[in-house]
Amino acid sequence: MNDEDFKHTNPEIDIHAMGEMHEHPTWREYKWVALILTLITVVEVWVYYTPFAQSTMFVPALLLMSAVKFAIVVLFYMHLKYDHKLFKALFTGPLIIAMCTLIALLFLFSNHPKPV
Amino acid sequence: MSTAVASHAHPPTSTGLDHRKIAIWAFIGSECMLFASLISTYLVYKGRSVVGPFPHEACDPPKCATHLNAILNIPVTSFSTFVLLMSSLAMVLALAAVENRGKPGYEGILGSSKTWLIATIVMGITFLGCQAYEFTSFVHEGLTIRTNLFGSSFFTLTGFHGAHVSAGVLWLATLLAIDIKRGLGPKDALLVDICALYWHFVDVVWIAIFTLVYLIK
Repeated sequence: MNDEDFKHTNPEIDIHAMGEMHEHPTWREYKWVALILTLITVVEVWVYYTPFAQSTMFVPALLLMSAVKFAIVVLFYMHLKYDHKLFKALFTGPLIIAMCTLIALLFLFSNHPKPV
Repeated sequence: MSTAVASHAHPPTSTGLDHRKIAIWAFIGSECMLFASLISTYLVYKGRSVVGPFPHEACDPPKCATHLNAILNIPVTSFSTFVLLMSSLAMVLALAAVENRGKPGYEGILGSSKTWLIATIVMGITFLGCQAYEFTSFVHEGLTIRTNLFGSSFFTLTGFHGAHVSAGVLWLATLLAIDIKRGLGPKDALLVDICALYWHFVDVVWIAIFTLVYLIK
């Protein structure tokens, strides 16, 4: 669907200005999104208290769950999935730079000796 | 493209998009880099504190004057994380109520933007209350912003986030005041949408902080 095809069901909404390319989710979909976010958070906290927290897979698993929650909020609650591509670029561009900076700094300082 | 309502029409722009919405996304992009720098600083200093208290490990003399347990309170922070996630749900429901005012299926509480805005504000204040409790208990246990590298980077990172939540609560309160005074309708959807984007961003930053600071040992 391109932006020429989409018409918001509420004609009073200025979709042109808001950059919406699709109708936003309904409250039922929002409810399911909230449930998924809650479940992931419960699992995150639960594994913190289990022996799995000593495993080498603990940190990757937490990072994965955190990334999924991050993506769900950005795509559904911030409507980036439905919005204009310029908004996607304005968010993902700096986000990629930010993540690359974070990773670069961690590599840069990982070999510095720790204080005794 | 569908035609816009004249009363809500914005001046013509080269992109056809409202400048305010472009500005908020550009602002959010810049905020990503700000918080990445704060999180990077925390992670670089992680485990480099010479004296306690420490986030995940107990501290014994001589690093601490007395025995101190790990200082982070995971149950309280888990609760505040849940509250902030639910505040995002209330925020999208406030936006949906404004966008769909008067439409079938949005009668009663679902169409009450005031209810959802109040719920979002209350949950934002609850989050701030949890943070105030956490900061106060840390200070009582001997951890201040000047105690060690953990204290400096932790209070700076979470303090900046708390300041953003506070700004969001004030922004939501102004929207609620407008809603009470004259009512928010579909023509105001952009105003609510911009505030909602900021609020959700504050939420996603906390998702990252909760994992990287509180859960990863």
